[in-house]
Amino acid sequence: MDRKQYCVKLSVQPSRGLMDEKFIVLIQNALPGSQLTIRALHQCEDGHSWEAFGHYTADTTGTINVSEDPSIGGTYSGVEQMGLLWSFRPIPGSKSGLRMRKKNIQTPMEVTISVYQGHQTEGFADLVPLSGVAVERWYMAPGVRRIPVTEGGLTAALFLPSGPGPFPGLLDLWGGGGQLVEYRAALLASHGFASMAIDYLTAKITMETGKMVDNQYFETAYRVLQQHPQVCGSKIAMIGLSFGTSITLKMAVYSEVIKLSAAVCISGSHVQPVDGSVEEILRFFQKNGEKTRFSEKNEVIWRDLLLPIPTDPSLKVNVGRLQCPLLLVVGEDDQNWPSQESALDIKEMMARAGNSHLLTVLSYPNAGHLIEPPYTPHARSSTLKTVEIEEKVMCLWGGQTVEHSRAQEDAWKKMVVFLRENLYGGRNPTSFSHL
Amino acid sequence: MWSVTRPLLQECTLACYRLLSAMTQAVPPILSITPSRALVDEKFQVLVENLPPGCPVTLHSLHHSEDKDDWEAYGHYVSDHRGVVSVTEDLSFGGTYTGKEPMGLLWSMRPVPGSREGLRLRKINVCTPMLVNISVHSGHEDFRDRTPLASALAERWYMAPGVKRIDINKQGVQGTLFIPPGPGPFPTLLDMWGGGVGLLEYRSALLASRGYVSFSLDYLRSEHLSADVEFKYFETAFNIIRNHPQVIPDRVGILGISLGSTVAFNLTAYSTIIKPRCIVCISSNHYHPPGTTLKAGFKILSKHFHKAHFDENNYMSWRSFGLDLIADPSNNVEVGRINCPMLLVNGCDDQNWPTVETAEEVARLLREGGKEHLLSRLAYPGAGHLIEPPFSPHFRATKFIILNSKKKVILLWGGHTKAHSDAQEDSWRKSLSFLQLHLYHSPSVKAKL
Repeated sequence: MDRKQYCVKLSVQPSRGLMDEKFIVLIQNALPGSQLTIRALHQCEDGHSWEAFGHYTADTTGTINVSEDPSIGGTYSGVEQMGLLWSFRPIPGSKSGLRMRKKNIQTPMEVTISVYQGHQTEGFADLVPLSGVAVERWYMAPGVRRIPVTEGGLTAALFLPSGPGPFPGLLDLWGGGGQLVEYRAALLASHGFASMAIDYLTAKITMETGKMVDNQYFETAYRVLQQHPQVCGSKIAMIGLSFGTSITLKMAVYSEVIKLSAAVCISGSHVQPVDGSVEEILRFFQKNGEKTRFSEKNEVIWRDLLLPIPTDPSLKVNVGRLQCPLLLVVGEDDQNWPSQESALDIKEMMARAGNSHLLTVLSYPNAGHLIEPPYTPHARSSTLKTVEIEEKVMCLWGGQTVEHSRAQEDAWKKMVVFLRENLYGGRNPTSFSHL
Repeated sequence: MWSVTRPLLQECTLACYRLLSAMTQAVPPILSITPSRALVDEKFQVLVENLPPGCPVTLHSLHHSEDKDDWEAYGHYVSDHRGVVSVTEDLSFGGTYTGKEPMGLLWSMRPVPGSREGLRLRKINVCTPMLVNISVHSGHEDFRDRTPLASALAERWYMAPGVKRIDINKQGVQGTLFIPPGPGPFPTLLDMWGGGVGLLEYRSALLASRGYVSFSLDYLRSEHLSADVEFKYFETAFNIIRNHPQVIPDRVGILGISLGSTVAFNLTAYSTIIKPRCIVCISSNHYHPPGTTLKAGFKILSKHFHKAHFDENNYMSWRSFGLDLIADPSNNVEVGRINCPMLLVNGCDDQNWPTVETAEEVARLLREGGKEHLLSRLAYPGAGHLIEPPFSPHFRATKFIILNSKKKVILLWGGHTKAHSDAQEDSWRKSLSFLQLHLYHSPSVKAKL
């Protein structure tokens, strides 16, 4: 085939999108019936390269539309509009245990999408593509502002949506790996929530004094958010993943200062010594360390540390006292935390207490622990350095890629709707009938 | 269509405003623009949610230009029973545009009250986006007196990610080259602007974002010694581009607007070296007295300025004396010599030059030579001379500095905003599909052998 006769045209729309937006990948003017490979390539901040690709056949008009046509092989198959992002995996020869996470969220993730002749599976670096485009994926919408927060000894970052406000607020907590993880808060700010990402395990104050933060740290974060002139102080929610769930539930139920309008808990549990500080809760987990199991690949499985779910009320957050709506997101193949068992117990406790109307549970078969924003590549396991242990371990998170990716997409959508309804809603149309 | 009477509207507005003030403390409306980052020829959806039902609001767009002027557009809306206003679906009851106009907040932009006269909006730095702030205000009258309820920012880009911008200064030829991302090589365009301006890159950047290597040629900067020297300049430029490693040599076209279209006609008709695969001429002009450089030709033109017609605003129109000039065929490029497919795009309300008459003359000459099948024509009623990329604001008349003199006039370009904007959108799409057909799809000459 004389390449010059058929200038294959590849387009991706939008070429600049938010991380949770879909795109349409379209090939036109290919030789009808020809076999083509569409490949995405990304080099992340720590220098590792990731690739995803699908095998397609051009139709009689020489067109391939990734949102309508099936991939018959590659890193994903079937009709998968966003398969080129969620099926990303490290290129052959990369080291094991990698996980794709962006640290600098003020610049976009850059992805090159190219089309190659034939159904290729390897050696892409030596092939010349027929066509290629550059795509940008952003965590921050235009006009969203990032404000570092150090007030009251906090290590945090506040993301404000564009506009006059005031905006409902959100406290965003990640898990045992610590660090200030900003990308989810940046993306939620792009949806209209003033979101504060908080580092509570490796905060500056902890690194300097060697002491873990106490409950007041979170109350300070709440106060700082509440008092911000562009934040609607009466509409603040909290979202936590993994260990972040432990903090979220504790604050939601027991804090005299923090009054949440809603809470979202992803891949976590309510099991913890209820009067415990952050440090005491971590020690409680460590005590059960001998329940650690290992997979055949020697990956660490920590889900048993909190099992069986205790009956002792001093070891579980009393969710029966919860006064705000709670959304639980559970991956049924979570190998790191017993989130499914915990969700069932939470449901029972709330049914008995009579507040189960506040509870919504989203439970996904074959999804793992790391339920991230949509199209984030699935990591079934990755190396982890937690604050409790000095060396890195290979941690098994769980999940099967296709189902895990669908779970991320579905959970995010429902989570944004949940937050919208509870933080922006509350408007009863009938009360305006006089207008 | 809803009939919204004034007293009812005022009452509604006051009630809503009171409600909104009380509620703003608790719950503001949400304004979203999707996509928030887009190319300038892409549409967006502007949506406001969480308003009280039946609430009069105004959507307002604001842009602060590189020249430090403020441009705005606005439309008056009423929310539905769900408290939603969708600019894509709902009707604007008034403002700078009315009716169902998804992109009205862009194309109906005009300088804010109190601005200087005769302004024109064009982006010089194409590597950064045009920023447009869109906000929603309560009420219709005097909406600017109230702080917005919500706002969002849109980025409008001329350059897609991965497009490369390269300054060219080679063999005396100057200009800016834009190369699409990807391995290449690519079909290519020589892009030529009109008279009276410096080098404008934005259309080239956009064409590169659509898959064409595009060269914005600076052809008015220097004073060429003779028509032959000037002609050679263009031929050299064409060769430099044709020989560029990222260019498919037999898939090079020419796109020109106004004076740029004159250049396109001239080169295609007379050059033995330049054989474009196709040409697109916007606001067609084939006036080019033989043996003159473009600047000399312009000087001849300016001798007719005393015959120019001035309208009631004292805006200057060249249309009528232009018609006299082109009546003499010896003044014009012999377009009948052209042998490649041509697309002519014109506005029927063009007050700057008799471009529709020019197109008709081109058609007649090609018909005589049995080549009418090469020609496609688009003539838009109500459109003026400055046919820009989609959603660009319409300029009916703007300041113009007469070449080589310090004299400033306000030139009447013509066009009525709504019709002109529709023409910009339609002609861009049709121009791209014409270029795609001739530069991407058509089989190579080699294939026929």
